[in-house]
Amino acid sequence: MSGKTFAEKALARASGQSQVVAGQIVDAVPDAVMSHDNSAAISKIFRALGVARVKYPARIAIALDHAVPAPTTAHAVNHIEIRKFVEEQGIEKFFEVGRGISHQVLSEEVVVLPGQLILGADSHTTTYGWMGAFGAGIGRSEAAAIWATGELWLRVPESMKIIVDGELPRGVTSKDLCLRIIGDMKADGGLYMSVEFHGSTISSMSIESRIVIPNMMAEFGAKNAYLPPDEKVFEWIAERQVKSQKLKAKSESLISNLQSLALYPDADAIYAATYRYDASTLEPYVACPHRVDNVKPLSQVRGTKIQQAFLGTCTNGRLEDLAAAAEILRGKTVARGTRMLVIPASSQVLSEAIARGYIQTFIEAGAVVGVPGCGPCVGNHMGVPAPGEVTISTMNRNFRGRMGTRDSDNYLASPAVVAASAVVGAIADPREIYQDQVTR
Amino acid sequence: MKFHGRVWKYGDDVNTDVIFPGKYTYTVTDPKEIAKHALEDLDPNFASQAQPGDMIVGGKNWGNGSSREQAATCLKYTGVTAVIAKSFARIHFRNLVNNGVVPIVCASAVDAIQNGETIDVDLDAHTIKCATGDFDFPPLSPTLFTIIETGGLIQMLRRKLGTEHLPMPEIKSGGD
Repeated sequence: MSGKTFAEKALARASGQSQVVAGQIVDAVPDAVMSHDNSAAISKIFRALGVARVKYPARIAIALDHAVPAPTTAHAVNHIEIRKFVEEQGIEKFFEVGRGISHQVLSEEVVVLPGQLILGADSHTTTYGWMGAFGAGIGRSEAAAIWATGELWLRVPESMKIIVDGELPRGVTSKDLCLRIIGDMKADGGLYMSVEFHGSTISSMSIESRIVIPNMMAEFGAKNAYLPPDEKVFEWIAERQVKSQKLKAKSESLISNLQSLALYPDADAIYAATYRYDASTLEPYVACPHRVDNVKPLSQVRGTKIQQAFLGTCTNGRLEDLAAAAEILRGKTVARGTRMLVIPASSQVLSEAIARGYIQTFIEAGAVVGVPGCGPCVGNHMGVPAPGEVTISTMNRNFRGRMGTRDSDNYLASPAVVAASAVVGAIADPREIYQDQVTR
Repeated sequence: MKFHGRVWKYGDDVNTDVIFPGKYTYTVTDPKEIAKHALEDLDPNFASQAQPGDMIVGGKNWGNGSSREQAATCLKYTGVTAVIAKSFARIHFRNLVNNGVVPIVCASAVDAIQNGETIDVDLDAHTIKCATGDFDFPPLSPTLFTIIETGGLIQMLRRKLGTEHLPMPEIKSGGD
C-alpha cells in the first residue's frame, strides 16, 4: 500500500479514522472554526437551525477585521450583533476592532496547532498551512453548521507537490515566488488540490515569509496548502503559547507536544503532479489588472504611473514586510501625486514596528498609517480609489471592483516593490533604490 | 428534478468580486436588494433582465476568489436554478449546493450552449438538452443531492437536528 499525503493524514486524524484516501468524503471535526465580521450573518443562520447553544464554544475564534473601526452605522450594527452573540454563547476567543487581521491574530494567539484542522468562513483560511495545519475556507452556512454540530463533510483532496530549492536573490521574496507559480499555472492551477511545498528555499525562509505562501494559494484554487513544520515553527508557536497561556517560560514539553502533533507526508505518497522551481532564477513579479494570474516580470511594467501604494493585508502586513518598506523609504518621501497607505496586520506588528522606528520612517516619508485590519482590501473603506486611479498593493487579489471602485486598476507586488513605487510615483524596482543607497 | 430556462453565458475565471461586489457585503442584506446587485461588475444587464428559472453557463474556475456566500445567494434570489461550468472554484461550489442552486460540471455542454438559448436540465437522468444536442454530466454525489433536494444545507440540518417544526426566520444579514 502506498504512503499518505499530508491531506490524507490530516483528514484521517480530523475524522477519527486510521486512514483515508484522496477522493473520499469524510465527516471532519475541526479543531477550530474561524470567522470575522461575517459572524453576525453566521449567527443568524445558526439561529435558523433551531439550536440554542453552540456545540464547542472553545473551538470558535472570531476576529473583527473587515471593516474596523466601523465606517458606517450598518457596519457598527453588524459588529454589535457579533459582540452580543459572543457574550451570550461564552466564546472566549473573540478579538476586537484593532487587534488585527484574523489570520495573523489567530496565528499569534495560537488557536490552531500543527497537524490540526481549521475551517474558516474566509477564503484565505489556507494561510494556516504555514505551520503545517490543514486550513480551508468554507461558506457562512457551513460555519453555522459547525457551530451547531461540531462537524462538516469534506472531500479529501488530491495533492500537488511544489519543490523549491536555491537561494532567492536580493529583492525577490516569497510573494514573487507565489506570483510566478500562479502566473505559470494560472488561477485554477491548483484547483481542489492540497498544495504541498518542499525544498531548501522554504526551510530557510523566515516564518513571516512562509505565511505568504499558503495565503496566496487561495488564488491558485487550492483547498489548502502545506509547509512542513520545523524547529523554527515550533519555537515561534511555543513563544506565543507562553504569552497567550501566561506561562512563565518556554518549556521542552511545549516543543515536544508540537512535535508530536506535526504531520509529514510519506516519501511514497501519491501526487497528482510535482513541480520544481529554482529560487535563484526568480525575479520580482507583478500581477496586472484584473487577474492574479496576469503576471509579468517587474521590468515589463516598470514606469506605469500610480496614484496609491498600499502596504498591508493578511498577505504582506507583517513586521518583515514593514521592515522591507522602511528600508526603501528611510530618508525619502512619497512622490507628489501619490499616496502611500500602511496598515499593519496586527496590533503586535504595529507595536513592534513602533519600537523599531519603522512607523516614524513611514510618517516622515509622508505615508498614512492605518488601524490594523483589512483596510481597503475588501473595498469597504480606508483607501478606496477614485475611478481611473491606479493602485499598487501587497494584496493577494486584484479583481475588478475589489477595492470598491469598478473602474480602477490594482497591481499586486511585494512590499519592497510597493514602497519603491511610492517613492517614484510609478511602478519601480527596489533594487535600483538599493543600488542608489550603496552608491550614495 | 428538472429545469427549463434561458441561458446567460459567460467566460472563464469569473470571480466572486464581480458576481457580488465586496463593498456591498455588509450594507446590502435584504434578499431582493442582494439580487439587484447580482453579476453587477460582470454584466450590468443581468440583474434587471434575468427571470426566475434562468440558468448560467460559465467557463473554467467559475466563482473563484472570496468565500462570500452572497455570490451564491444573489443567484438564488434572482431565481437562477443551475450553473453549468467547465469547472468550479471549490468554496463557491459548496456555497451553491448549500443554497440549493445546482452546480453542474459539463465542459462539452458549455462549448455547445449559446448565450440566450433555452435549455432543459434533468438532474435524475443527469442530462442537458440544448439546440446542438444532448449532453451527459456525472451524477451528483448522494450527499450533495440530498442537500439540494431539501432546499439547502440549513433545511437539511433542520431535518437532521429535528428542529424542522420550529419557525424558519428570514436570514437577512451581510458578511464577506
